[in-house]
Amino acid sequence: MSVVFKKTEGLTDKQTHYCPGCTHGIIHRLVGEVLEELGVLGETVGVAPVGCSVLAYDYFNCDMHEAAHGRAPAVATGIKRILPKNVVFTYQGDGDLASIGTAEIIHAAHRSEKFTTIFVNNAIYGMTGGQMAPTTLIGQKATTAPLGRDAATTGMPLKMSEMLATIDGAVFVERVSVHNVPNIRKAKKAIKKAFEIQLEGKGFGIVEVLSTCPTNWGLTPVESLQWLEENMLPYYPLGNFRTPEEGK
Amino acid sequence: MAKVLMKGNEAIGAAAIKAGCKYFFGYPITPQNELPEFMSKELPKVEGVFVQAESEVAAINMIYGGAGTGARVMTSSSSPGMALKQEGISYIAGAELPCVIVNISRGGPGLGGIQPSQADYFMSTRGGGNGDYRHLVYAPATIQEAVDLTIEAFNVADYYRNPVLILADGMTGQMMEPVEFNEPTKRDLPAKDWATTGTKGKRKPNIINSLALDPAELEKHNWRLDAKYKDMEKKEVRHEMYQMDDAEVVFVAYGTTSRIVKNAVDALREEGIKAGLIRPITLWPFPMKAFTDIPESAKAIISVEMSTGQMVDDVKIANEGRLPVHFYGRPGGMIPSPEEIMKNAKEILGGVK
Ligand SMILES: Cc1ncc(C[n+]2csc(CCOP(=O)(O)OP(=O)(O)O)c2C)c(N)n1
Ligand code: SF4
Repeated sequence: MSVVFKKTEGLTDKQTHYCPGCTHGIIHRLVGEVLEELGVLGETVGVAPVGCSVLAYDYFNCDMHEAAHGRAPAVATGIKRILPKNVVFTYQGDGDLASIGTAEIIHAAHRSEKFTTIFVNNAIYGMTGGQMAPTTLIGQKATTAPLGRDAATTGMPLKMSEMLATIDGAVFVERVSVHNVPNIRKAKKAIKKAFEIQLEGKGFGIVEVLSTCPTNWGLTPVESLQWLEENMLPYYPLGNFRTPEEGK
Repeated sequence: MAKVLMKGNEAIGAAAIKAGCKYFFGYPITPQNELPEFMSKELPKVEGVFVQAESEVAAINMIYGGAGTGARVMTSSSSPGMALKQEGISYIAGAELPCVIVNISRGGPGLGGIQPSQADYFMSTRGGGNGDYRHLVYAPATIQEAVDLTIEAFNVADYYRNPVLILADGMTGQMMEPVEFNEPTKRDLPAKDWATTGTKGKRKPNIINSLALDPAELEKHNWRLDAKYKDMEKKEVRHEMYQMDDAEVVFVAYGTTSRIVKNAVDALREEGIKAGLIRPITLWPFPMKAFTDIPESAKAIISVEMSTGQMVDDVKIANEGRLPVHFYGRPGGMIPSPEEIMKNAKEILGGVK
């Protein structure tokens, strides 16, 4: 019998703690597959964030380093500067990367640190129970925006990829989504490209992945995928914002 | 080895390189800037790396990642910057990683000033970050001692898998003295088989972490850390006794202040007043035993500090109510003179008699 589909070597056998229908699991799998396909699992050091993916260090089948809320890019800088031949990545949520850790991600990009960031944007704080994130959409309800986010008092949702794309050191910036199969395929391609760029030593790469949070959005998993498509895609357009070729 | 004349900040940097530290992550703040400047110049010569981080928060987290690779890493700062580093220090202690952190302290609170001060005693010895943790605090009084303790600090950090702090004030950082670079004392250092350097397909993944969601597990971790700290309390305490054999008035002072107090002790003895000094070299663990060694002749203890009184709390704990404990201090970056210290001692002895 030929094997058609099997678990990736990039992930451990640990059962994940993610809520049913949460797309963090899909994104983990894509990263694991890419690391396996590139044959770099033995060289990789991942940096886990604070947020729902805080336990990512138990799931990726490579050396892992847990970081304080938002500081993963600084931790990754320390690792990569000392181990330039290793593959280093951070996996961060939107609260982690776009709020408490904004300075760290901007400056890692600015210095063009040669690691890869997987940025999971689910437009909310998942782990702490559904508070407003910098990425929460206008009108979207959150426990700290009970009437829906209001631009007048909380500003517009932060577009990290567009912002990072203005930084010369960010050599690869792409926004993808995992709300359906064709997009999951595109997401994997972008993640692979970002790691390849790291292997070529070209500089900082980030893939923003639009993700769901059925639990805190108060929707079923299927409704969540639809909500992402209908509400997040118009405000967070998918596509590549920077590739190394661009600069030539 | 021949002695060389060096500025304190640069000498500490040179000592770190001598100890095998090739990686420095820091952020500018007066009066420690010569240290990162020195590292930016010298580290490339040994194929090392200097990174000027965007903040102290980032710098200490670069140290956290760097220490995770098993390399010898160092950062330095001064008081307001140290306040920012506390988050990272708590994580590093929790994850049990070795590193050396230098605080060339200045007056506070807030932005304070840029003159030497000892008002970071609480922050340094109590653990300014969250949770139950401790780290060694070395308080050198001379540049030579700063060099020796910096070299030693890397060994001690590796031995215990714990951050070690060098607490010196702006005076030690800024002045020049002749120094020589000695070999560290030998220690059997454990292998760094916990480091995250890539599995190379040959071992199970290593995880560096300070999270334990199960309270029973975290309690176990806390007691295990505590046992390590108790071990440090047993083995790593350092202090100096100066003119203590027949002392009637016992000064307690560390770092720069201890040098001024030594002058006061000598001058008091010339006037026939038997003065002595206990100089803590480790502020944590605090030299408790030195206080049970105080001779019968002693009538009073005076803690002299460049602060409004922080170490005096530890002095009282160590003294266990045996002798009256007094305090003399100059905060805000003011440096006490031997004369004012002598005057204070005479007043106290007058009252004691
Ligand atoms: C310094 C600090 N502040 C706050 C927290 C609490 N906290 C934990 S997770 C989190 C939000 C995480 O949200 P996000 O990064 O969007 O990830 P998600 O849970 O949505 O995957 C916060 C605020 C913390 N752990 N540390
Ligand atoms: S809270 Fe939201 S982001 Fe977190 S695991 Fe559950 S669904 Fe996923």
